[in-house]
Amino acid sequence: MNTLRRIFALFRKELQIILSDSQSRKLVILPVLLQTLLFPFAATLEVKNNTLAIYNEDGGQASVEISQRLAQASAFTEVLTLTAEPQVAATLDAQKAIAIVRFPQDFSRKVILGEPAPIQLVLDGRRSNSSQIAAGYIQEIANGYFTERAIAAGQPPLSELVIRHRYNPNLNYRWFIMPSLIGIIQTISALILTALSVAREREQGTFDQLLVSPLTPTMILLGKSLSALAVGLFHATAIIMAAVLFYRVPLEGSLVLVYGAVLLYFAALVGFGLLISAVCSTQQQAFLGAFAFMMPAILLSGFAAPVENMPAWLQTLNWANPIRHFLVISKGLFLKDATPAFVFLHAVPLALIACCTLGLALLIFRRRFG
Amino acid sequence: MKSPVSWRRLCALCRKETRQILRDPSSGIIAFALPMALLVIFGYGLNLDASRIRLGLLDEDGGSDAAAFGQQLTGSPYFKITPSHQRAHLDHLLAAGDIRGYVALAADFSKALDQPGATAPVQLITDGTEPNTANLVSGYVSTTWRQWQINRARDRGIDASLPVDFRPRQWFNAAAESRHYLIPGSITIIMTVIGAMLTSLVVAREWERGTMEALLASPVTRTELLLSKLLPYYALGLFSMTIIVASSVLVLGVPFRGSLLVLFLVTTVFLLSVLGVGLLISTKLRSQFNSAQMALNVAFLPAVMLSGAFFEIASMPAPVRAITYLFPPRYFVNSLQTLFLAGDVWSVLLPNVAILALTGAMLLTLVARSTTRRLDG
Repeated sequence: MNTLRRIFALFRKELQIILSDSQSRKLVILPVLLQTLLFPFAATLEVKNNTLAIYNEDGGQASVEISQRLAQASAFTEVLTLTAEPQVAATLDAQKAIAIVRFPQDFSRKVILGEPAPIQLVLDGRRSNSSQIAAGYIQEIANGYFTERAIAAGQPPLSELVIRHRYNPNLNYRWFIMPSLIGIIQTISALILTALSVAREREQGTFDQLLVSPLTPTMILLGKSLSALAVGLFHATAIIMAAVLFYRVPLEGSLVLVYGAVLLYFAALVGFGLLISAVCSTQQQAFLGAFAFMMPAILLSGFAAPVENMPAWLQTLNWANPIRHFLVISKGLFLKDATPAFVFLHAVPLALIACCTLGLALLIFRRRFG
Repeated sequence: MKSPVSWRRLCALCRKETRQILRDPSSGIIAFALPMALLVIFGYGLNLDASRIRLGLLDEDGGSDAAAFGQQLTGSPYFKITPSHQRAHLDHLLAAGDIRGYVALAADFSKALDQPGATAPVQLITDGTEPNTANLVSGYVSTTWRQWQINRARDRGIDASLPVDFRPRQWFNAAAESRHYLIPGSITIIMTVIGAMLTSLVVAREWERGTMEALLASPVTRTELLLSKLLPYYALGLFSMTIIVASSVLVLGVPFRGSLLVLFLVTTVFLLSVLGVGLLISTKLRSQFNSAQMALNVAFLPAVMLSGAFFEIASMPAPVRAITYLFPPRYFVNSLQTLFLAGDVWSVLLPNVAILALTGAMLLTLVARSTTRRLDG
């Protein structure tokens, strides 16, 4: 009973530190607000609103028709018309267009003769992912034109490719980002709050005062973790609400399982945070330590690029990365209506990470201060 | 009138600051170990150009045409094919994330192909939870499917070459390697971390520990104080930059087509502006705990999300695009991508350098004005 009361007292003190000062209160609320309002719009690998340049040396009916269709595509809001050869290089160098479509002089003549008519695409390799996607759109539009021509001429295509994107029919990037963002923002609150708050007490000497109180190191760590958890749950709730209510991401799976996963994920993160604070004696070290863990972990989590494209050794190393496991669960629950069995399968590594890091942190603290 | 800077005092302060940097192992981690780790991650770990996509193949037809199509897919270097005769099995694999899509050939596929005037449908189901991969899968499957049509027609003695012949060419990055444009982005993130993260703590630390009072009681002027916080971290940033650029070019094989002098100029103005951000935060907040969080939010996250390092700025909605102009990383990413892959293109570089220089000057002026020599400021 006494133990619980003491932990609760520490928990209250921690929350008071965070919430009493207006500066730090703002730092709990504002960033999450900004991140949920700004980043889902910013984080997109789609190609929209881009500028396309067309250099039409041909001027025949086919090339003019294709150019008009390109100008109507939502990927390209602006189309520049080039009139001379040197403009091609100048336009691309200065990044005035993401891609340049060039119809050679004999394009329409070849189309009429039924010969393969060449279209040249010059793409900006400085943005090779986007320009490849843009090239895909351009090819689709041109192919669509020729297919329609063939049908009009009484030659229906032999076969037809029908593409369905399951779980996210329009490939809306926000449906991918929001479930991931829950994990990423949690990382920041969990690691910074635990690693930095313990380091602050140690740097300022108040950790010693805590140690001479009836609190044991275990209770101190528990109190710190619980207060970080309170902030983390607030953040998670804010993002989940924004995702469902504002961004209209479907929450197919169970909300209970989402919160269950958030709790387990938080335990794993807090474990890393405490482990870092156990080996650091100043706030600078704790902050940079937390950062040195957080940044690779976020980058390798599958948020920036798919995990399956990574080399095998990195995929193995990635098993120790809690963010990676949480993102699989979160996306599964939001978009795929994941079964409890699926969640359990990916929760096991999270639980293992949490046990290892929390256990190790506790061991170090006990040995040093116990 | 007394000069605002005494070289002797400035040197002494810089020496003190440098010692503090060198003494703490965490600055070594941030200036050397973390950049190296990130380069390895960006160079070998992050890859948007999917190779060997795991794809399912559902053949409900069982005819020779379906088999030929399956072979075309299996032979493609882009796919690793899991064949199956049960849709439920592939649906299960897709839900578990074990495949990124599957191609389905319906039971009447061969029949429709042989029937004149009929169109044989090929269905592709992708995993929409990974939109970028889903796009790539669609693209690769379309290409393979087209090639199969041409081959089939040719085998029957019909010339079915496509009416249009695309000749795409990636300028500046012929093999379209995502690494080549991710590395300049990652350098920006690393420089932001060194410039803004580390300095966001240094002034706040002096206030927290009370050493600022001691400094204020000494004859040190405001300019000297500011310069002593600026110069050592600028040197650290340049040191890191040299190592990163050298290893990107020599180890990772990223081309560098601009001139080193311009790179130095761009780096200098960028470092000044991020150092300005870091110093401004720690001067204003005076608490390491709060400064650290603030730096994460106004320096690090924008460098990742709003700089164009990963996400195409042109594709963002107009208000967000407008906001990206407020953060220095955008200009640096753009300059570095141009310097590495295209060369000294002044029409791109000059505006970037000018804006960065202006931002840097503005931020540092703000820092100087916030550096009050009073304890209750």
